[in-house]
Amino acid sequence: MTDQLQGQELFPFKREAGHPFDLPSDLTRRREEEPVSRVPIWDGSTPWLVTRHADVKSVLSDPRVSMNYLTPGMPPENPFIKVRRQKEARESSGLSMDGALHAQLRRVLTPLFTVKRLSKLRPKIQQIADELIDNMLAGPKPVDFVESFARPLPMLVICELLGVRYEDREMFKESAERMMMTSTTEAESMELITKVHAYFGELAELRKREPGDDVFSALVERMEAGDITLDHVKSLAVVLVIAGHDTTVNMIAMSTLALFDNPEQLAELRANTEDPVLVANAVEEMLRYLTLTHIGRRRAIIEDIEIDGKVMRKGEGVICAENAANRDPAVFPNPEQIDFHQEQTREHLAFGYGVHQCIGQQLARFELQAAFSTLHRRIPTLQFAGSSLDSLPYKDEFIVYGVDSFPVTW
Amino acid sequence: MESTMEKETVLKVTVDQHKCIGAGQCVIAAPAVFDQSDDDGIVILLQENPSEDARAEVELAAKLCPAAAITVH
Repeated sequence: MTDQLQGQELFPFKREAGHPFDLPSDLTRRREEEPVSRVPIWDGSTPWLVTRHADVKSVLSDPRVSMNYLTPGMPPENPFIKVRRQKEARESSGLSMDGALHAQLRRVLTPLFTVKRLSKLRPKIQQIADELIDNMLAGPKPVDFVESFARPLPMLVICELLGVRYEDREMFKESAERMMMTSTTEAESMELITKVHAYFGELAELRKREPGDDVFSALVERMEAGDITLDHVKSLAVVLVIAGHDTTVNMIAMSTLALFDNPEQLAELRANTEDPVLVANAVEEMLRYLTLTHIGRRRAIIEDIEIDGKVMRKGEGVICAENAANRDPAVFPNPEQIDFHQEQTREHLAFGYGVHQCIGQQLARFELQAAFSTLHRRIPTLQFAGSSLDSLPYKDEFIVYGVDSFPVTW
Repeated sequence: MESTMEKETVLKVTVDQHKCIGAGQCVIAAPAVFDQSDDDGIVILLQENPSEDARAEVELAAKLCPAAAITVH
């Protein structure tokens, strides 16, 4: 099997030039012709690639698959994630665990991420969005959209959520960004982890004495009560930073670009920024259409599973391509278009599926809803000020697909 | 569960709190029927027998639940 795959393009596949919002063609082809197949990845292994919506859901909710990065066969995304998640697995300190251990730790976090609790952050998120727009409108144009709006918004929200001190926010931003890069080596990864963990250790000491109303203080409180250890507190905080930052930055940036590319849908959103139902639908549809987590959910098989006539054996790896699943015509009648009225949109798997589904998804929704409605309400003439949408340096090689900067004017 | 026979209810909803992972999908989909506990974020069923009007929302909640913790009978 491995021999046949030598010389093939490594997964994740590259998108075709000039098609920044489309799936790589080989991914679409596989979903249509061989929905469960093998692919070579960076570490020399050849895990399974699952591409259909129903199969992705089935694998991600199957107790015979593991999310523990020490399980034989696990196909890690890159060296950094491998190192970080193996460390978490050894210490049982992160969410990359299975069964009861995972459930126990997740339940420490769930009360901090309820819809009710996160709703209380909405006025603060709105204020952050409005202030960023105030600054944009007061400054020169054209301006870099990512730097002035898409990037600061999630960082300011995650800093609110974790109660990160204002003076630490630059260090935070830099570390979060470096952690997401596939070019970061294993040695650098260890350094970054050590640095960020040390910071959270200091912050934990501070919050023991001066607790705030933030999620980090709540974690410290759980630690003081003996529910979790300091290692848990640090690892969970790192997870929240990584998961909460780059994903949302790029969703704001890429949604804006994709709507420039679809003027009819942009006009519809602009005409309905005060309609929370349409705005919420638009957010779900952009999550589905873009699915920026384009390198798939990684799992290892702990007991043989048959899917679509293929048997995935114990000790093999599996990658669930939720971006391919989110354009599966078997579920979405209009898979390749942006359609705010597609009834099935909410069935998208952009936040994953099964017991590991994103714990921060409601926060992401509130941030994106505030970003979409505020941006298009307050700057209804916003437009791309670069030469071509197709020639921007899209980050195909990053964990989260996106773009680092682009100019806008109004 | 014979009590449901007393009135003519068409919808019956059950939740498995042991399976629930607190993703909050149900609260967004059908806020009149589902809530989350402040203590552990786990699902609380507000209406065991919601009216027929709520069927679409409740069925969506069951479909979206990532842990398959909601059953519509």
